[in-house]
Amino acid sequence: MSYRVQVRVMPRGGLLDPQGQAVEHALSALGFPDASAVRVGRAIELEVAAESRREAEARVRQMCDKLLANPVTEDYLLEVGES
Amino acid sequence: MLTVAVVRFPGSNCDVDALRAVERVGVMAQFVWHRDTSLHGADIVILPGGFSYGDYLRSGAIARFSPVMQAVQRHAADGGPVLGICNGFQILCEAHLLPGALLRNAGLAFVSKPVDVVVERTATAFTSVFEPGVRLRLPVAHGDGRFVAAEDTLRMLEAEGRVVLRYVPATEESPLQPNPNGSANHIAGISNATGTVVGLMPHPERVADPLLGVPDGLGFFTSLAAWRPPVSTLSTPNP
Repeated sequence: MSYRVQVRVMPRGGLLDPQGQAVEHALSALGFPDASAVRVGRAIELEVAAESRREAEARVRQMCDKLLANPVTEDYLLEVGES
Repeated sequence: MLTVAVVRFPGSNCDVDALRAVERVGVMAQFVWHRDTSLHGADIVILPGGFSYGDYLRSGAIARFSPVMQAVQRHAADGGPVLGICNGFQILCEAHLLPGALLRNAGLAFVSKPVDVVVERTATAFTSVFEPGVRLRLPVAHGDGRFVAAEDTLRMLEAEGRVVLRYVPATEESPLQPNPNGSANHIAGISNATGTVVGLMPHPERVADPLLGVPDGLGFFTSLAAWRPPVSTLSTPNP
């Protein structure tokens, strides 16, 4: 089976996110002062061959822990779908 | 005789400056390509500045897995000195040879200018010639230089005296100056517990030549030249 996995990597809450702040300021300047708490992260999509959905998720978690996210500064969320 | 390996990643751009700074203090230096699996017998490693692998994913994240880094990991584990400058510091953090991480500058802008730093830890392979507390003016040039670490890691670094360089404390008038990037505790450089692995955001190799003004960076290289391996780790006796 091949699974399509979406990984969302976000700066850890509480850490200064200057990109999020800059985007928030820009939104406000463009007439969207109602936008707040903007944070900028990264989305990664990949396909992974695995026997089961659970195995696919476990493999991608390993990938996140090793490379896709920095455990010191980032958190990640996975969404596993069939491809 | 000491030899130094300057590692070249695709995107390194301070490699020649680093090599010349080493040669200036009379130590042999050679380039080692990122695909090499050995350091060719070098005693000391420098990971130079630049934008290895285009800074893809995170600065230093891809370089960490290049073949040569396996050799650098073994070298460091055996007590061999490693100096990471700028992108090299980012690589050392990604490789977990140093704690913490270097994130986008708090002001978002790429910062390229001289900054004043204080040398705190002198018990390292790269700062042994300095007097503790001496102030240096060194150039920085980075977009991702904001040092962050978990609270307990920061406490540990401070308690163990592992801050090697610190930006001169900020003033009320300019809360981000001269700390150019918002680093925690104004940290500009740290070391491992034994002082053999050092990471610096400023570029000493760019001010190691008297032709370019006051050579405040030269001491890092004269320290390196004075480093000697502990006798117990010598595996091949000299003839």
